[in-house]
Amino acid sequence: MSFLEVVDYKKKFGDNEVLKGISFSLEKGQVLAIIGSSGGGKTTLLRCLNFLERADEGKLLLDGEVLFDAADKKQNKEKSVREKRLHFGLVFQSFNLFPQYTVYGNIVLAQKLLAKRELKRIKAEYAAQLKNVPSEKKAEMKKEIKAKLADYKNGQKERIAEKTLSLLSRVGLSEKKDSYPYQLSGGQQQRVAIARALALNPDILCFDEPTSALDPELTGEVLKVIKGLKSSDSTMIVVTHEMDFARNVADHVIFIADGHIEEEGTPEQIFENPRSEKTRAFLKKSTEDNF
Amino acid sequence: MFVGIFEQLAEGFLITLELFGLTLIFSLPLGLLIALCTMSKFYPLKLLFQVIVWVIRGTPLMLQLFIVCYGPSLFGLNAMRDSFLAATIAFVINYACYFSVIYRGGIESISKGQYEAGQVLGMNRVQVFFRVVLLQVVKRILAPISNEVITLVKDTSLANTLGGIVEIIAAAKEVTGTYAVPLIYPLLGAGVFFLIFVGVLTILFGLLEKKLNYFRI
Repeated sequence: MSFLEVVDYKKKFGDNEVLKGISFSLEKGQVLAIIGSSGGGKTTLLRCLNFLERADEGKLLLDGEVLFDAADKKQNKEKSVREKRLHFGLVFQSFNLFPQYTVYGNIVLAQKLLAKRELKRIKAEYAAQLKNVPSEKKAEMKKEIKAKLADYKNGQKERIAEKTLSLLSRVGLSEKKDSYPYQLSGGQQQRVAIARALALNPDILCFDEPTSALDPELTGEVLKVIKGLKSSDSTMIVVTHEMDFARNVADHVIFIADGHIEEEGTPEQIFENPRSEKTRAFLKKSTEDNF
Repeated sequence: MFVGIFEQLAEGFLITLELFGLTLIFSLPLGLLIALCTMSKFYPLKLLFQVIVWVIRGTPLMLQLFIVCYGPSLFGLNAMRDSFLAATIAFVINYACYFSVIYRGGIESISKGQYEAGQVLGMNRVQVFFRVVLLQVVKRILAPISNEVITLVKDTSLANTLGGIVEIIAAAKEVTGTYAVPLIYPLLGAGVFFLIFVGVLTILFGLLEKKLNYFRI
């Protein structure tokens, strides 16, 4: 069984059937490139994986576990989805950095909130333990717990800071740590967004046309960072219009047209020997567009 | 005489300030609450608050003052004895409704991507609102809010129609009873009070805008 299995995803917006039954699988550490013309359903598929939309039909299995089943309506509530979402990271086409935070603040924010939640959980655990302690020992125990919690909190803080700084150096923006998003170029902003997504250790990192909003001379730096992630064994799904990138970096390529998978295979298969007429036409057009 | 007139006006202005301050303290958060209600996905709630905002914006503030004060008599109760309290309630409701529309505009102007970025990072709706959206909204709405706040300074004069509230315009009228001066002079004096206070507010809002200049939306 594969690391990620998507089974027969379907999604409609009103009468518009955007996904008409999409199934694919992905192994751990692999990079999947999704190509296809605009309006074909690529972005919707990514949004469904990240639970920004709910697929109307279909199932999603991660590491053998059912993470989403459209038939199970109870499971699709916002609250239960929130935890599941963390298995996936998403880098948006338009970066969507938080403008009022520095680069560092952007990467730290969600980590801090999760750490807070974790701390709360541990506190509750200790409180439960404390219930079974005889009253004469309670004061002593409380003191101990307080010290442990303080230690834990400090540890959290250090871990977050360390992680954030290492991520920043990984995307090559250590010196921009205290800048605000508006002070950065598009390429730099996108690299921050990648670091921000990585900070939560997603099992699978998704990219929604990460370079489409960038000036041509800035796409290289972002693609380089994504390529660098591949060597560190991240599992990634990249929706892209950069055919060269898909060809060179992806382990597997899916061509989506009109809401279903028209063709899939290794980059060699798709780019050198496309079987489908539609794939051929699409590839021809995308290379022509590049002059 | 000059000092006496000044003192009397200043006393009235304190009442003006009190009404102004109380109204702001309560109407700013209440306005946010109303804004969220008018944006609710629960249709009856949304409709209810849309109607409330329509009624409040659609009738004169002076009428609302009288209704809050004398409205209880419609139900066989006594009119509100504390006219200052009545005025405060009317002002809070009225301004909260106006603020709610400004808030709504601000909230709706924030791109969907900001919410989604928060969501995919595991934040819940409350966290997204307070940690991501709110400060951006504040930055966006500061200018229209300052408009309303400045209007409020001057609207407080309406409260004296209820009687028993000697804010600065009423105080100016009373001056003519104490000193034999034509009404126009204390009224001009009251105008100076307003001008100076609005000047201070303008500077404060300017500082606030400057303070939020460290980021761009």
